[in-house]
Amino acid sequence: MLLDAQHVTKTFGGLVAVNDVSLTVEPGSIVSVIGPNGAGKTTFFNVLTGIYKPTSGRILFDGAEITGLRPDQITQRGIARTFQNIRLFNNMTVLENVLVGMHGRLHAGLWGSLFLTPAVRAEEQSARKRAFELLAFVGLERKHSELAKNLPYGDQRRLEIARAMATQPKLILLDEPTAGMNPQETGEAIHLIRRLRDELGITVILIEHDMRVVMTISERVTVLDYGAKIAEGKPEEIRNNPQVIEAYLGRGAVVA
Amino acid sequence: MRALSASPSPLSALNRGPLAYVLLTAYLLLTSVLLLTNTRTSLGTDILFILFLLGFLLIYRARVAGLYKLALGAIMLLAIVPYFGAQNAYYIELAIQAGIFVALALGLNVVVGFAGLLDLGYVAFFAVGAYLWGIFSTDQAGQFLPGFTPLPAESFYLFLALGLFVGAFFGALLGLPVLRLRGDYLAIVTLGLGEVIRVLAVNLDRPVNITNGSQGIKSVARPPLPEVMRTLLPGLNDPQLYQLLIYLMALLVVGLSVFVVYRLKNSRIGRAWEAIREDETAAIAMGIPLVRMKLLAFAVGASFAGAMGVLFAAKQQFINPPTFDLLRSIGILSMVILGGMGSIPGAILGGMLVTLLDLQILPRIATELGALKRQGVVIPDWFDPAQYQRALFGLLLIIMMIFRPEGILPDQRRSEEMHAGAPARPSGQPDQSN
Repeated sequence: MLLDAQHVTKTFGGLVAVNDVSLTVEPGSIVSVIGPNGAGKTTFFNVLTGIYKPTSGRILFDGAEITGLRPDQITQRGIARTFQNIRLFNNMTVLENVLVGMHGRLHAGLWGSLFLTPAVRAEEQSARKRAFELLAFVGLERKHSELAKNLPYGDQRRLEIARAMATQPKLILLDEPTAGMNPQETGEAIHLIRRLRDELGITVILIEHDMRVVMTISERVTVLDYGAKIAEGKPEEIRNNPQVIEAYLGRGAVVA
Repeated sequence: MRALSASPSPLSALNRGPLAYVLLTAYLLLTSVLLLTNTRTSLGTDILFILFLLGFLLIYRARVAGLYKLALGAIMLLAIVPYFGAQNAYYIELAIQAGIFVALALGLNVVVGFAGLLDLGYVAFFAVGAYLWGIFSTDQAGQFLPGFTPLPAESFYLFLALGLFVGAFFGALLGLPVLRLRGDYLAIVTLGLGEVIRVLAVNLDRPVNITNGSQGIKSVARPPLPEVMRTLLPGLNDPQLYQLLIYLMALLVVGLSVFVVYRLKNSRIGRAWEAIREDETAAIAMGIPLVRMKLLAFAVGASFAGAMGVLFAAKQQFINPPTFDLLRSIGILSMVILGGMGSIPGAILGGMLVTLLDLQILPRIATELGALKRQGVVIPDWFDPAQYQRALFGLLLIIMMIFRPEGILPDQRRSEEMHAGAPARPSGQPDQSN
């Protein structure tokens, strides 16, 4: 078990945003978290990555407890993420965005950076080399010196994935990776996500609204509604689950 | 910088190939010779001095070999300015002041420009450095440390280095309570903390007399004159040599500051600061420890101020709390903004420019207007030019911010931010929020 979230609850005042959700993820799998708007999917991601501390419940990652750790510590343990509303460092170059992602894997400190020791020079060079490899992986190596904000939308999504990969994660959380994409871009994104797992062995959890994406690439699907888990299973099971249909389309849809 | 070179001006034809070398050298030679032959304080000399300083900007912008730039800069800073300054104490004083504020601007630029943490209490660290040397180089320390005798003037050099670390320590200490704050809130709290330091300096004369309150500390020790300076420059008297020494020390601290900020800006640490400035949430999600990196920015920024404080106390030989008021912090911030936030050449230029405006250009304008008035030119009685110096400075700031918000020598990125025409997300892409 790579990730084991146990009975995670997150409340904001009286609002229960995530209600007793448990989720386990096998290493090397691709799983989706779906649900209507406001179901608590992103909040659940924010709890997993340490941006919020869970009100109750535990999160185990790779056999160790990560509940209550800071986001940077969780990233250090091997969970990376992308954001629903793209959060690149807009005024940094494509290459620098990826280099920032490597922060936790580099060791240059204050004195090393000041005196530019041979070790720091070597580290910086190999970091650049690896950053270019990651950019090549997502197909952005030729745009390495462009500012992130000047990239087309689809490229920004890819860059976010490359930046997340730079943290050398075991698990990557993708928050609506195909939102706002046209069918062709969506197809490319699906391909990229598959390659993350198949070529690099990264486990993937994604939040997704596009059901074609969910049904195409997920091995398991978890459905949230009003903060609670209402269903879990293989895509085809979820597709025909009356509770899920009801959550998405309303009660009438099931009767009809 | 791109903002300027993007539009090919007729001047750019001059800044090419051997012609660039010839013109640059000729300009520097001409201004230097004129300056060295006109050493009496006057309007003409003031203008010459500014034209001479403009030479630094030309060196920076000229398309000539880096080594040549370095040599020219070194000759100007180490030969011409001191030689000219020895003839006229007013101008070396200007150069020292400019040096002090350049270092302060460079330090604040780390906090505000690099890491994006708006700090309105920066002068506090300058005060800490100044009081550090002020207290321990006089019998002030004896007031609260029984049996303490003033440290010998030789320990100035030790304290100059110590100032770096004490400044850094206070920087981190005052950074601690504001770590969770962003933007406006951060600015207000740092403003408050800066005032706290000043008020402590005013009031820490009781129950134990640490700072000697509002009377300040007198007879702060100067660094001892190295014998070698006397032998090398037999023509100069002691006050001139002291000023020269302080000037060289200021240059040393500025040089060190430039080196440090330049190295850090282009390092893993500089990238992390920049990421924090761009988007804290994304930065921490990428594994950047916010607390540590912010404290580091506060500490590095404050360290230059600490060292310059030590030098300032030694130069003035007298320190008192009003020197370190909020207006001073705002002045340093305006240097950073005027020069271009996040830009190292910008901070240097901003520091020099504001200091010159403050101490030379604006007073000179006031003097000249006053002289005209005495000659019978009609200037209404209610208009006292000396009183309107600050207004003129404010007006300049306003004009700058309207027409060149990114500063004079902007960091390229900052410039992009200011002129962000294109939204990060193309229009038509709904911002889907969950």
